Amino acid sequence: MHSSFAHLQGEENITEARGTGVDATMPFGNTHNQLKMNYTAEQEFPDLSQHNNHMAKVLTLEMYANLRDKQTPSGFTVDDVIQTGVDNPGHPFIMTVGCVAGDEETYEVFKDLLDPVIEDRHGGYKPTDKHKTDLNPDNLQGGDDLDPNYVLSSRVRTGRSIRGFCLPPHCSRGERRAIEGLSVEALGALDGDLKGKYYALKDMTEEEQQQLIDDHFLFDKPVSPLLLASGMARDWPDARGIWHNDNKTFLVWVNEEDHLRVISMQKGGNMKEVFNRFCTGLTKIEELFKEKGHEFMWNEHLGYVLTCPSNLGTGLRGGVHVKLPNLSKHEKFGEILKRLRLQKRGTGGVDTAAVGGVFDISNADRLGFSEVELVQMVVDGVKLLVEMEKHLEAGQSIDDLMPEQK
Amino acid sequence: MLCCTEESKSFALVPGSYCTSEDKTNFGGLKVSGEEGDQTLLCWEKGRYPQHSPASSSNPSVSPSVCPFFKSTFIWRVLVCFYRVKMASSFARVLSSKRKVGILSLVGAGSLTVGFFLNKEQRVNAGAHVRRIYPPSAEYPDLRKHNNCMASHLTPAVYAKLCDKTTPNGYTLDLAIQTGVDNPGHPFIKTVGMVAGDEESYEVFADIFNPVIKERHNGYDPCNMKHPTDLDSSKIRGGQFDEKYVLSSRVRTGRSIRGLSLPPACTRAERREVERVVIDALAGLKGDLTGKYYSLTLMTEQEQQQLIDDHFLFDKPVSPLLTCAGMARDWPDARGIWHNNEKTFLVWVNEEDHTRVISMEKGGNMRRVFERFCKGLQEVERLIQEKGWEFMWNERLGYILTCPSNLGTGLRAGVHVTLPRLSKDPRFPKILDNLRLQKRGTGGVDTAAVGNTFDISNLDRLGQSEVQLVQTVIDGVNYLIECEKKLERGQDIKIPAPISQFK
Repeated sequence: MHSSFAHLQGEENITEARGTGVDATMPFGNTHNQLKMNYTAEQEFPDLSQHNNHMAKVLTLEMYANLRDKQTPSGFTVDDVIQTGVDNPGHPFIMTVGCVAGDEETYEVFKDLLDPVIEDRHGGYKPTDKHKTDLNPDNLQGGDDLDPNYVLSSRVRTGRSIRGFCLPPHCSRGERRAIEGLSVEALGALDGDLKGKYYALKDMTEEEQQQLIDDHFLFDKPVSPLLLASGMARDWPDARGIWHNDNKTFLVWVNEEDHLRVISMQKGGNMKEVFNRFCTGLTKIEELFKEKGHEFMWNEHLGYVLTCPSNLGTGLRGGVHVKLPNLSKHEKFGEILKRLRLQKRGTGGVDTAAVGGVFDISNADRLGFSEVELVQMVVDGVKLLVEMEKHLEAGQSIDDLMPEQK
Repeated sequence: MLCCTEESKSFALVPGSYCTSEDKTNFGGLKVSGEEGDQTLLCWEKGRYPQHSPASSSNPSVSPSVCPFFKSTFIWRVLVCFYRVKMASSFARVLSSKRKVGILSLVGAGSLTVGFFLNKEQRVNAGAHVRRIYPPSAEYPDLRKHNNCMASHLTPAVYAKLCDKTTPNGYTLDLAIQTGVDNPGHPFIKTVGMVAGDEESYEVFADIFNPVIKERHNGYDPCNMKHPTDLDSSKIRGGQFDEKYVLSSRVRTGRSIRGLSLPPACTRAERREVERVVIDALAGLKGDLTGKYYSLTLMTEQEQQQLIDDHFLFDKPVSPLLTCAGMARDWPDARGIWHNNEKTFLVWVNEEDHTRVISMEKGGNMRRVFERFCKGLQEVERLIQEKGWEFMWNERLGYILTCPSNLGTGLRAGVHVTLPRLSKDPRFPKILDNLRLQKRGTGGVDTAAVGNTFDISNLDRLGQSEVQLVQTVIDGVNYLIECEKKLERGQDIKIPAPISQFK
């Protein structure tokens, strides 16, 4: 079932499927799309006058008219792509993307829309640019000496999609279960310090659930309307689950916002160790999938392909929880982060506030830089931030520590 | 009359072309102009549609929904062809024949309805089959923790039978049941757990809808029962409550515009078309029904505040029962509120249904509330028929609405009534039950009662007419008030005998 898509590398243009929904292979593929074609593009075009997201900035009536009779081989349409952006006009703090992919081919079939969105979101990344993948942890310099008095924990996460399967906004129950089955099988073959166990959301016991909550591992059914409107919470909690190793330092979420979310983390500031384990684990998992004849969605233009265009490339967010009570109040804090290509979040993750001067500091970029490059930026940047914090604690100025724009 | 059988011809409907058959039978038709000149193409039986007022000969009411074809000499087949129509007010309907999917397109500024045409077996045929990668057993939802009507009746066998079917518009079983899969159960009530995306859903997926309807509507069997429709408010007896107890009276229902998909499935253009058709009709209301439309996207701050103060404004649905069914998509596009100047007649557009129609006023004059209700509904119906539209209705299921729980009359008639003593009596639930009434808090469904004021309304929706249900509420509430008065005087009360359900 996967083999028909396995050869696609993003350049060949055989991904479009026009015509009737009878060709669509997903259960709710789009005979319904034919109904829309009985109205003009104008009649169907969404009202984006109140909207402020990347999709709304880019989508014109003309573009919509050109794209609306297309669908990917599995039946994903432009209306499916943009539904979350139509339903969610804007976010108070961040400029949201406003579109999602339903499968790998979405990025090809709807490139007229997604290329400018990607360019806008990923700092000018062009349709002709190539993305470098580097998961060799030896290439990371330093990173094992972040001051644990300030850096409370270190974490690197990314996502992976299994080629040939639809993504969470579009997959059917059968497909999602197949993804779960394959993932659990691959993860079950990990050994050494990566050996672990899978907890299916719908089968876990009360004790297991409480333990996962205490470990801060358990993910909830999404409540953010950004996610719900795209359809990725359908059939919850069917085929969703959490796998982690016995040491609780390597964690995989199955069928949450992406097929797989892979997380390496530990207390303290040894980002190098975290990144080591991250790369080793990912590489091993990829090998195990390949043994079974599956691979991850990847191409040399977009890197790793994930549901949200904001996670393309590396899909990597490497970060720390770090105490910066003085620096965070400094007027130049935002500017410093910007120059270091870092972003701040609250300690609950995206959409949360900082508690007690502790911030989640991570890389702002995803695409156009390799994994090593991004983690390097985090390591170097956080080192500088901690030094600045120490200066401010001692009453010293930080003016001569100001970094250049990276 | 002509029987057109070739499937390759294209036809355009001539506006205003209602006609009667030459031999003065009950069949009417639509004139069609095509490659071979004008022909009368579709037909259906006139007069099957519920007549609330004397039918005027110049404006026959037609019921395209059911064509029994008991006249064996009339055997028709739908001729369908597909072509795209680019006019601002046009739309197309996908109908199916036994052999293929096609569309009957309509041309004309006054969009004509399409006859909902059935073949001689009187079944809606499904649209294109859906091809799957996974067998039904791999797709069957896990319903072990579920407690809703859909989960009670969707066996693997039924799922396997229906999962590859679609309605002519492309609505599938998976779409219909998504809300029930995503919402395993409600703490207080057994929810329905499925919705219809269009009128044909109830036919194509009858194997699951029928048992769900039967369970939800307390035994009403769509396979062998008929639903009576009666909006003649003059038949009501009494209906003036003691205002010492009854604070307000209200009757609500819903109506769907035939030919357009329902809120879970409609496209933006369809939803906008519903809005256009409805507000066009409402603009024709006169007298005490004269009113104004407030579009959710365009209303001013002041208008919004006024509507909130009047308790008229509806919000974007937050209940996952509704959002999982897809009816909140594109909010607030094409949604709005219409009300008359006196604020006693209110229409919601594109909320949970195409329209929700509400008649209400303070005090206990349920009779007047129902009179206005019937008059308003009939007027709106007349106005949309003038433009060639009609409501979704058939004699099996009555008025067709999104949620199976609202089939039949879709009617909830109720009062806010203060019953401080009776509500504390342990026999209260049983009394309500026997009177076929239900209680809710004063905020509506899912709310608690405030003080001793309850929302008391009819339990049933399907199998009894509007007049019957409102009478039930009137008689029942009177009984409750009598009980309250008796308790006030220190007298004892009696649990009434249960009233029969299907009259």
